[in-house]
Amino acid sequence: MKVASWGGLTPLPHTVRALSRAELHRADKPLGRGIAFGMGRSYGDVCLNPGGVLWQTTGLDGFIAFDEQTGRLCCEAGVLLKDIQRLLMPRGWALAVTPGTQFVTVGGAIANDVHGKNHHVAGSFGDHVSAIRLLRTDGEVIDCGPEQATDWFRATVGGLGLTGLITLVELQLQPVRSVWLNVETCVYHNLNEFFALSAQAEKEFAYSVSWVDCLAGQQGRGVFIKANHSPPIAADSCPPLPSSGGALRNVPFTPPFSLINKLSLRCFNQLYFHANQRKKSQQIQHYTSFFYPLDNVQHWNRLYGRRGFYQYQCVIPPADGALALKQMLDVIARADEGSFLSVLKTFGSRTAPGMLSFPMPGVTLALDFPNRQQRTQRLFAQLDGIVSECGGRLYPAKDARMPRRLFAAGYPELSAFLAYRDPGIQSALARRLID
Amino acid sequence: MGSLLLDRLLVNIKGHDVSELSKIIVIGANSAIAVHCMRLWLAKAPAEIVLVGRNVERLQAVAADLRVRNPAVVLRVLSGDFTQTDSIADLAGQAWGTQPAAIVLLAQGVLPPQQDCQSDLAVCRAVLDVNAVSAALFAEAFAAKMEAAGAGTLAVLGSVAGDRGRQSNYIYGAAKGLMERYVQGLQHRFAGTAIKVVLLKPGPTDTPMTAAFKQQGMKLAPVADVAEQIVRAINQGVAVAYVPGKWRLIMMIIRHLPRIVFNRMRI
Repeated sequence: MKVASWGGLTPLPHTVRALSRAELHRADKPLGRGIAFGMGRSYGDVCLNPGGVLWQTTGLDGFIAFDEQTGRLCCEAGVLLKDIQRLLMPRGWALAVTPGTQFVTVGGAIANDVHGKNHHVAGSFGDHVSAIRLLRTDGEVIDCGPEQATDWFRATVGGLGLTGLITLVELQLQPVRSVWLNVETCVYHNLNEFFALSAQAEKEFAYSVSWVDCLAGQQGRGVFIKANHSPPIAADSCPPLPSSGGALRNVPFTPPFSLINKLSLRCFNQLYFHANQRKKSQQIQHYTSFFYPLDNVQHWNRLYGRRGFYQYQCVIPPADGALALKQMLDVIARADEGSFLSVLKTFGSRTAPGMLSFPMPGVTLALDFPNRQQRTQRLFAQLDGIVSECGGRLYPAKDARMPRRLFAAGYPELSAFLAYRDPGIQSALARRLID
Repeated sequence: MGSLLLDRLLVNIKGHDVSELSKIIVIGANSAIAVHCMRLWLAKAPAEIVLVGRNVERLQAVAADLRVRNPAVVLRVLSGDFTQTDSIADLAGQAWGTQPAAIVLLAQGVLPPQQDCQSDLAVCRAVLDVNAVSAALFAEAFAAKMEAAGAGTLAVLGSVAGDRGRQSNYIYGAAKGLMERYVQGLQHRFAGTAIKVVLLKPGPTDTPMTAAFKQQGMKLAPVADVAEQIVRAINQGVAVAYVPGKWRLIMMIIRHLPRIVFNRMRI
């Protein structure tokens, strides 16, 4: 069947093999060659293997044990972040790190070592993984963690699924007092203000993130959001609970062309910026609205039309942060391209747990661009130049096009990583950037 | 796996008064559809669930999952041979015990490729034994117990495949068809009583049983959605539920196709 990832670029034929618990325990049925595929929420080709096999992991969705005292959760790798949050947050435990969608598997979160709005205090997803069981395609089983087989652990966290199939994991959750967050919002008018707000927020808030208006040119105005977990609140003062029936809105079909274009974007950005200027700056939000606002629009990726879209996410080391960002925003404005979801956030200083983990100290900018072929590629080449000049890197989970040398330059531990690569695992990204 | 909590798999949750919980018996509790139904029941309220199946190791994994989801659940795991009459009678007796069950769900099933059923009579027999004979025997055993208790809902997982024999899966279809006729009779027997008999007919659903279809690119319904509709149908006590509902219409058309047309189709 034809499969595309979340970016919705050309769907290509794959053989999809659903994995089951029973099957993994049978030594007589080896995995063969392929790559793990969970929810297909990575944007580029890290989860794809055109012409080959995808091992669908969503059937491996069993919990194994949970210790209510310590917050240790043991589960299969196909469990969704959504199920962990929904089940355990009302019981006082939440994922210590969560990305912007809860429709991803635990295995995928580890393989891409995803991060969230609290990177400055909590690091990335892999920082809260205490054990991983890895099944190699030759049948070998390797248990690894921050205290055992640490080299395998460092290769597997952020290892893009290439070190073996992650079958079981143990996570350390964080204690929370309610399902609510106290959220504060304000606008900023330039990047200096952004950096000042970030520095301040990192001291006082667990979560911080910002939306940047990339059509405003190099000055970089935007909306800054910071939050802390809230203590329990009385039932009568709760905002209405979000509906439990899944997505509130849906994009029912893929339009022939992108609905996100310069015109719609300019309107949106103006409205969003000014709405936030006037909005009440403090509010209580349910965790789903705060962490996963886009999950409310099912299939939002379809808005980009049949050609799909690219996401471009880089991290720039702190020394060059402000200057490089200005240059990038300038290049984007000049190219007359706009990004709908432009997210700007500072990372904390902690060393990432994986050899190929994306986060590193600095500032990260994430941008979405409708696929306009040559035009988009030209813009990316310019952005690559800025990133590479200041020693930054791109995020493989979001990438479908970075050149090999940029990957190699951004990930100096790549050659060490290769010793842990499972030769039976194939992916489009591995063919493009590694093999 | 060292630090992992796997050793907790077998720890029983104690200290709950079992008699206050509603009791559910699930035969074929390793079935993905059954697992999702149990998750939904436990998301609403704790219950006493008896898991009956053929593979005890996998049943324990299911039990561990349910225990994380609702620590107040009371679980019992029973395993045995579904091809032996005595074993079936014994399992039903142990599962029922002295406490009547509010719901009994029969979810056991095997679905090898049709070609294997045609080329190997042993495979053919296993399909008939598990899907039809064992299901009917379990149902009969529980029917007697429900009759004595005067209440209960017996839910049977049939299939759209039972609606009309087709070249692609008629052995499986024949077994599921047997269950339809069986349930019809049981519904007739219990008409006007407090005992409900529900026949559920899922269309192709995304479970390990249908992994081969998925590989061929068949569109399969998400198992969580199918389970949700099954739980609703059981609550309402409807006689026959197609899940998803569109299969009622599709199968009505397939059942009514004239043979001359039907026989030309490769379905």
